[in-house]
Amino acid sequence: MQAPRTSFSRAVYELFSSMRFAISLLTLLAIASIIGTVLKQSEPYSNYIIELGPFWFKIFALLGLYDVYHTGWFLGILVFLVLSTGSCIYRQTPLMLREIRSFREHATEASLRGFAHRADLAVGIAPAAVLERLTGYLAVRGYRYKIRAEGEAQPVLIAAKTGSYTRLGYLLTHGAIVIICIGGLIDGNVPLKVQELLGYKKVETRDLASNQVPAISRLSPANLSFRGSISIPEGGAADVIYLNVADGYLVQDLPFQIHLKKFRIEHYATGQPKSFESDIVITDPDSKKGFEGTVSVNHPIVYRGVAIYQAGFGDGGSRLTLNGWNLFSPAAGSFPFKGEVNQASRLANGQTQYSVEITDFKAFNVQDTGEGEDDEAAPPRDFWRNAERALGDAASSAPKKRAHNVGPSFQYKIRDAQGQAKEFHSFMLPLLLEGRRYFVSGVRGAPNEPFRYLRFPADENGAIDGYMRLRGTLFDKTLYPEIARRFAISATPNAAEQALRIKLAESTAKLLEIFARGGFEELAKFIEGSVAKAEQEKAAEAYFKVLERAGFEAWQLSRERAGQKPAQIDEQTALFVRDSLNAANDSFYYGSPVYFQLDHYDEVLSSGLQLTRSPGKNIVYAGSVLLILGVFAMFYIRERRIWLLVKSGEVLFAMSSNRKTLDFENEFGQHKSNLANLLKG
Amino acid sequence: MEAVQDYRQVSFFRGLSGFDWVYAALLAAGSVYAFNLYGGYMDVYEKGILFLIAALLVGLGWFWKPVRILLPAVALLALFGVSQYHGELARAGQAFWLKYLFASQSAIMWMSALFVMATGGYWLGLALRSDFVNRVSAAITWSATAMGLIGLLVRWYESYLIGADVGHIPISNLYEVFILFSILTALLYLYYEQYYANRQLGAFVLPVISAAVAFLLWYAFGRDAQHIQPLVPALQSYWMKLHVPANFVGYGAFAVAAMVGVAYLFKSKGLLANRLPDLAVLDDVMYKAIAIGFAFFTIATILGAMWAAEAWGGYWSWDPKETWALIVWLNYAAWLHIRLVKGLRGAMLAWWAVVGLVVTVFAFLGVNMFLSGLHSYGTL
Ligand code: HEM
Repeated sequence: MQAPRTSFSRAVYELFSSMRFAISLLTLLAIASIIGTVLKQSEPYSNYIIELGPFWFKIFALLGLYDVYHTGWFLGILVFLVLSTGSCIYRQTPLMLREIRSFREHATEASLRGFAHRADLAVGIAPAAVLERLTGYLAVRGYRYKIRAEGEAQPVLIAAKTGSYTRLGYLLTHGAIVIICIGGLIDGNVPLKVQELLGYKKVETRDLASNQVPAISRLSPANLSFRGSISIPEGGAADVIYLNVADGYLVQDLPFQIHLKKFRIEHYATGQPKSFESDIVITDPDSKKGFEGTVSVNHPIVYRGVAIYQAGFGDGGSRLTLNGWNLFSPAAGSFPFKGEVNQASRLANGQTQYSVEITDFKAFNVQDTGEGEDDEAAPPRDFWRNAERALGDAASSAPKKRAHNVGPSFQYKIRDAQGQAKEFHSFMLPLLLEGRRYFVSGVRGAPNEPFRYLRFPADENGAIDGYMRLRGTLFDKTLYPEIARRFAISATPNAAEQALRIKLAESTAKLLEIFARGGFEELAKFIEGSVAKAEQEKAAEAYFKVLERAGFEAWQLSRERAGQKPAQIDEQTALFVRDSLNAANDSFYYGSPVYFQLDHYDEVLSSGLQLTRSPGKNIVYAGSVLLILGVFAMFYIRERRIWLLVKSGEVLFAMSSNRKTLDFENEFGQHKSNLANLLKG
Repeated sequence: MEAVQDYRQVSFFRGLSGFDWVYAALLAAGSVYAFNLYGGYMDVYEKGILFLIAALLVGLGWFWKPVRILLPAVALLALFGVSQYHGELARAGQAFWLKYLFASQSAIMWMSALFVMATGGYWLGLALRSDFVNRVSAAITWSATAMGLIGLLVRWYESYLIGADVGHIPISNLYEVFILFSILTALLYLYYEQYYANRQLGAFVLPVISAAVAFLLWYAFGRDAQHIQPLVPALQSYWMKLHVPANFVGYGAFAVAAMVGVAYLFKSKGLLANRLPDLAVLDDVMYKAIAIGFAFFTIATILGAMWAAEAWGGYWSWDPKETWALIVWLNYAAWLHIRLVKGLRGAMLAWWAVVGLVVTVFAFLGVNMFLSGLHSYGTL
C-alpha cells in the first residue's frame, strides 16, 4: 500500500479511515433519520407554519427539515460515509488479504510464549513420528498447515489455520455498504440536486396545468432516475408525472403516454377493500405500439425501465345530483342542484352569492364501529365481554358487522363573496347512531380541524323529508298561532279554562318565534332577561317541555298539510321531535343556510399511479446480497490458528482466534488434550 | 497415521442418523403433499417459498435435534385440530377438542398460560437451586411453544373457513406477530439453554415472553383484537411470508440478548451472583444472540426493501418504520464494532444490549403508536 504523498492528504485519509469518524457519521445519520421520523415529512408548508409559528418555520425550512432525507446535507453524510468506509476498506484490504494468505509461520518461540492460549506438551513417542502425527491430526481436524524447518539445530514450527475466509466477510460487508450507498445516491438523484443548487431547475409552486409549467420546472424523459405520481381519471390519459419537491413540484415528462381505461375497487364481504386495479394502455410514440395491462397493489408493470405502481385512488370527477334545502325558510321542499367533483358552481341565496366547490365523493365508506362518524361515539369497550370472546375463538364470535359500508359520502366547500370557505362532509344515507337513524353532515372551518357533525333525524320512511317538513313548519311564522292553539287545547283538557288557554297559546307562539330566531341560545337569553335568577332553571325546564310539545303539534300539523295520517303518540315520535328540535337548533351553527342531500350520482374514479425509474435498484440489490454473505462469513466462519513448535522431547502448542468466544476456549481445551494424548504414545 | 483417525471430525452429513433422514423424508413428503393439494392456488414464488421453508426446517432439525420431535408433534396435533372442523367454523366453540385445546384461540390461550407458568417455574428453580424444577420449566416452555405453533397453524386454516378470499398466513397484524415473537424468542432461548447446558437464564428470558403474553391478552381482552381480519391489498404478497418471520427472529434474538444483559448486570452487581452462570457465559450468549439477531435483521430489512419496491414503488422511502429499522440496525452494528474491533467487554455492553431492546421495541411498537407512515396496519 502506498502512503499518500502530502501530510495533509495523509491526515484526511487517516481521519476518513478511522473507525471513530465512521461511528460519528453513523450517529449523525441516525440522529438525522430520527428527526425525519418525528417531524412529519413533506406536508404542505402551511401546516408547518401553523404548527411551528413563522420563526421556527423559517429556521426549519432553512435546514431542510421538511424533507430531511433529500437535503444536500443528508446526502452529504451518505457521501462521507461512502468515502469513510471506502478508505477503511482501502486501508484494511491489504491486511486482510495478508491474513487470508499467511500462515504466520515466522512466529518466534518468544512470541508464542506470550499467547494466552498455549501449553507445553510432553512427547512420549519416537521423535521421528511426531511430525507425522501432528500434521495428520491437523489435517483430520480441517486445518491447513505449513512447516518451517530451518536447519537441523532449529526446532520445527508447524503453523496451521482454518476459517481464514471470515476475513472476506469484512470486505464483503463493508464493500456492500459502499455499493448500497452508491446505488442509493444514484436513485436519490444527485445530478438533479446539483442542477437545482446551480439554479438550472426551479421548483414550481403555482397550481398550473401540466402543459403550462415552464421548462425550468420540467425534467426531460431522459432523466436518469425519478419517482413521482399522477392521478388519472377513468377515460383520461397522462404523459407527465409530478415529483413533489419541498413546497412545490417538478414536472417529469414521460417517454410514453398512459391511458386509464378503468379503475376497480373490490371489497371483502365485510366491506374492507380487497383490491385496487387499474386497466391501463401505454402508447409509446417511439414504437407506435400500444401495450395493455393491469396494475394492482404488489403487482407493478415495468415498461421501458419505468415501473408503474398502483399507489392510490380518488375521485375523477363524479357527477352528483343534489337536493338543496334552505334550512331557515318555511318552504318544505328542496331545489335541485347539479355538480361535478373538482368543479365549482354558483349558488344564490337572496342577495348573497356563494360558490359551491365539490371536492370529493366516495361511494364506499367502511366504518369500524357501526356507530357512524361521530367522534364522540367511541366503540363500547366492555372488558369482560371481550374477554369472553377472546377466550372463545378468533373467527366465529367476531362482533357482528364490526366494519361495514355505510354508503356514499361527499365533501364540498361553500365559499362566500369574500372568499371565506367552510367545508362540509355529508353522507347520502342515514347512519345508525345510538340505535336511531340520522342524516349526518359535518362542517369545519379549516382543513386541519375535525368535522363537527350535525344530525338530521330520518323519518319513519328513512327519508329526510319528514324533518324538512317539520323544520318548514317551525320556521313558518304564519303557522305559530295554529300550533300554539292546538298545544293549548291539549295542555288544558278542561275547556272551561279559556283564559288560561289563550294565555298559554300566546306565550307558546312567542316561544316558537324566539326559537326560530336563534335556537336554544336565544331562548336562554330571553329567560335571563325576563325571569328572576332563582327561577331561571325551572323556567328553562318548563319552556323546554312546552317547546317539545309544541314541536309535536307542529309535526302533526306538517303531516296534515302533506296529507299524511297523524303520527302515533309514542316514544318513537317523541324522540323524533326532540331530535328535530336539536337539529333545528344546531342548524344555527351549521355555517351554511343550505343543506345538500345527495340524490344520485354517476361515479368517475381516478387512479393514483406512482412511476419510478431507479437505475440504482439493481446496484442496491447486488450490494444487499454481498452484505448478507459478508455478515454470515464474519459471524459464522471462525478463524483459528494453531502453532506447534516441535522441540526435542517437547511440543509448544499455541492457539489464537480473531473471536474470543467460549467455543474457542472449548476447542482449545479439546486440542490440548487430544494432542497430549497423541504425543504420549 | 491410524492414531489420528480417532480424532477425525465426522462430516455433518455422515453424522446424520436414520431418524434425521426419516424427519427429512416426512417434511419432504408433507411439502409435496401440500404442493399437490394447493399448488394450483400458489404463484411461482409461493411454490418456491414452500420448498425453501421445508428445506430450512430440515436443516434446522438436523442442526438442532429437538426440532425433529417438536415439528412433527405440532403438525400432527394441528392436523388433528383441523380435522375436527368438518369445514365449519362454528365447531371451534362446540367440538370438545377444539373448544378446550386446539381451536386457534384456545391453543393461544394455552400458550399464554404455559409461558406464564414457565416464567414462575424458572424463578422457583432459581430460588430453590433445583435442577428438577428448571427441567420441568423447560418442558413447560416447550409445550407452550408447541401450543403457540398449533394455534397459528389452526388459525391459518380458520382464516380460510371465514372465506376463501380472507384466508392468509397468520402473521399479518400485531396480534399475530406477538404470538410469533413469543414462540421464536422461546425457541432461541431453548436453543441456548441446551447449547450452554444452563437453565438459570430462563428466569430472565421468560419474563420478556410473559410481557409479550400480557400485551397479547390485553390486546385481545381490552381491544378485541383477536379476530381474523382480511388482508389489506398492500399485505397480499408472498413477501410477507419471508419478511415478517425474518424480522421476528431478529427481534426475538435481540430480546434474548437484552435479558441476558440484565442477568449480566445482576451478576456483576453481585445480585444472585452464585445462582447465575459465569460472566463469560453470559457475555457469550449475549454476543451470539446479537450476532444471529443482526444477521436475520439484515436479511429482514433487505427483504422488506424488496417488498417495498414491489408494493410502494421504491425500495426505500424513509418511511418511519424503515427508518427505525435502519436505526436499530446501526445500533447493533455499532455494538458489534465495539465488541469485536475495539475488544470491549463488560457491563457497558450489557447496558447497551438492554438499551438496544428499548430502541427495538420502539421500532416495533412505538412507530405504530406515535408515528404515521406507510406501515399503518397494526395500530393499537
Ligand atoms: C455503515 C457502516 C458500517 C457497518 C454497518 C459495519 C458493520 C460491521 C460489522 C457488522 C462488523 C462485524 C464485526 C465483526 O464480525 O468483526 C464490522 C467489522 C469491522 N468494521 Fe465495520 N461497518 C461499517 C463501517 C465501518 C467503517 C467505516 C470502518 C472503518 C474504520 C469499519 C471497520 C471495521 C473493522 C476493522 C471490522 C473488523 C473486521 C474483522 O476483524 O473481521 N467498519 N463492521
